[in-house]
Amino acid sequence: MADPMRIRANVTGDTTEVRVLMSHEMETGQRKDAAGKVIPAWHIQNVTATHNGKTVLTAQWGPAVSKNPFLSFKFKGGAKGDKVQVSWTDNKGDKRTDEAVIA
Amino acid sequence: MKSKVAVIAAVAVAGVAFAQTSTVDEIAKYRAALQDGNPAELWEARGEGIWKTARGPAKVSFERCDLGLGAGVVKGAYAQMPRYFPDADRVMDLETRLVHCMVTQQGFTLADAKKNPFGNGNAQKSDMEAVVAYVTSESRGIKMNIAASHPKEQDAYRIGERMFYFRGGSHDFSCATCHAESGKRIRLQDLPNLTEKPGAQLAYTTWPAYRVSQGELRTFQWRLFDCFRQQRFPALEFASDGSIALTMFLARNANGAAFDAPAIKR
Amino acid sequence: MKTCISVATLTVGSALLLSGCASPPSDAEINARATQVLKASFVARGQAGLDRLDQDETQKTCTTYAGKVPGKDVTDRIEKVNFESIKWPADGKYLGNWQNGEKIAQEGRGKQFSDDPAGPVGGNCYACHQLAPQEVSFGTIGPSLYQFAKLRGYGPDIQKYAYGKVWNADAYSACSNMPRFGHSGILSEAQVKDVTALLMDPNSPVNK
Repeated sequence: MADPMRIRANVTGDTTEVRVLMSHEMETGQRKDAAGKVIPAWHIQNVTATHNGKTVLTAQWGPAVSKNPFLSFKFKGGAKGDKVQVSWTDNKGDKRTDEAVIA
Repeated sequence: MKSKVAVIAAVAVAGVAFAQTSTVDEIAKYRAALQDGNPAELWEARGEGIWKTARGPAKVSFERCDLGLGAGVVKGAYAQMPRYFPDADRVMDLETRLVHCMVTQQGFTLADAKKNPFGNGNAQKSDMEAVVAYVTSESRGIKMNIAASHPKEQDAYRIGERMFYFRGGSHDFSCATCHAESGKRIRLQDLPNLTEKPGAQLAYTTWPAYRVSQGELRTFQWRLFDCFRQQRFPALEFASDGSIALTMFLARNANGAAFDAPAIKR
Repeated sequence: MKTCISVATLTVGSALLLSGCASPPSDAEINARATQVLKASFVARGQAGLDRLDQDETQKTCTTYAGKVPGKDVTDRIEKVNFESIKWPADGKYLGNWQNGEKIAQEGRGKQFSDDPAGPVGGNCYACHQLAPQEVSFGTIGPSLYQFAKLRGYGPDIQKYAYGKVWNADAYSACSNMPRFGHSGILSEAQVKDVTALLMDPNSPVNK
């Protein structure tokens, strides 16, 4: 099971801002090790964020996203105390889901 | 080594003199953009978990470890280290003290406690780096206040100072070669003058840091180790007396400045 | 608090950090202990053995005077000893190939314990100096060498000076921050000639 994400969500007026720090190697699959062998690609492919069960963001990521990615986004709606959940799956089938409460 | 961010490559180069200011400024802008979402927080979270977990042959957590302010007291501890510890009758920096607790309380052997001080990717994470990230985060905002009142603390400071000026290795380098003058840089990396307060304060209060180019959180012990590597010295031993003395010299020179780490660096 | 510790307490590592009695240890004592502590705090790794911490006379003297201004008798002696040890090229030619010189100036590897001992060894000149104007990523620890020969002249005297300086910087400036590239076996004679050409060749970008 992958390392936990750190999620922070704050609501101002009618907009909620969510900031997520994910722990992942995000190996592009283009690097070579010291022996000259290609290091296999290992990176997050799909990201989904939900608010009270409703999807507010989906993303498909590739090798361009850097190691330990930081994702920040806003959505309309949301109130203090609501649950925001973020999930990711990677190309090796590993996954992670964490949630936070809107402050 | 991971490929560098394309931002640097996008910097236009006009003339030599003009390029200097704009290149260094663009890099500063890139760094400012990285401040939000510092991956160091991932290490802080993991470190806090380790701190509170019973571990080692004796199944004891770090909550019994006294960093100078009482058993388990983490808040403000780093801003007063290195310091003299009567129970060990020696001056210790944070890592040495953690090793001490691992040996005397958690039942590890000294060799096991000093194993794997610097991580290398997800496959080889360092628990030590994570715990350092957590403990140092609890000194954020607190002014560096190393008293150095005990004779051994004062000796450590003076020994560290002498080490700072030690010319050696194939290249005749000492720490002072790069860090004893203001306004200098190596390639395009600005060099803090560690012999004067402003430079010492800026440098010491921003380690540990998430080193983007390494994808790792790096500690002050790592910084010293890697400087000596580039000085063409042999390897600085982790938590050695020399590393403690040098840290005492540099940390005390930073007294008065608010600690501002874990930070993020290139 | 005890004022005087007369019996040594030999806990691991603490032996070398013992305090003296009521008055603090002298500078000489601290200097001696610092060297001891330093040497005991390193382990050999890769190509970097502990012998790297053995100081020669120049390193010892320059360490003693670090942070201070040594007297002229001291600096003269250091410069004399280093100048007399310079190995001038047997064929009397100081200039090699400036294109190779530029490569050597750019190469930052060599002699670190992380470097392959059979791998490239460079002078890493750009770490500290400006050289060819096309390279904007240069350091300022040393003075700019841009237009080195253009400003000083291209004659044999300047060629010899440039060669000697790269070979052993302390021969001209006691306790210089610059490594003694030839003297310490960092660069070969051929490499020093190439770097000299980078500085002195009229066709080198340094002099354009």
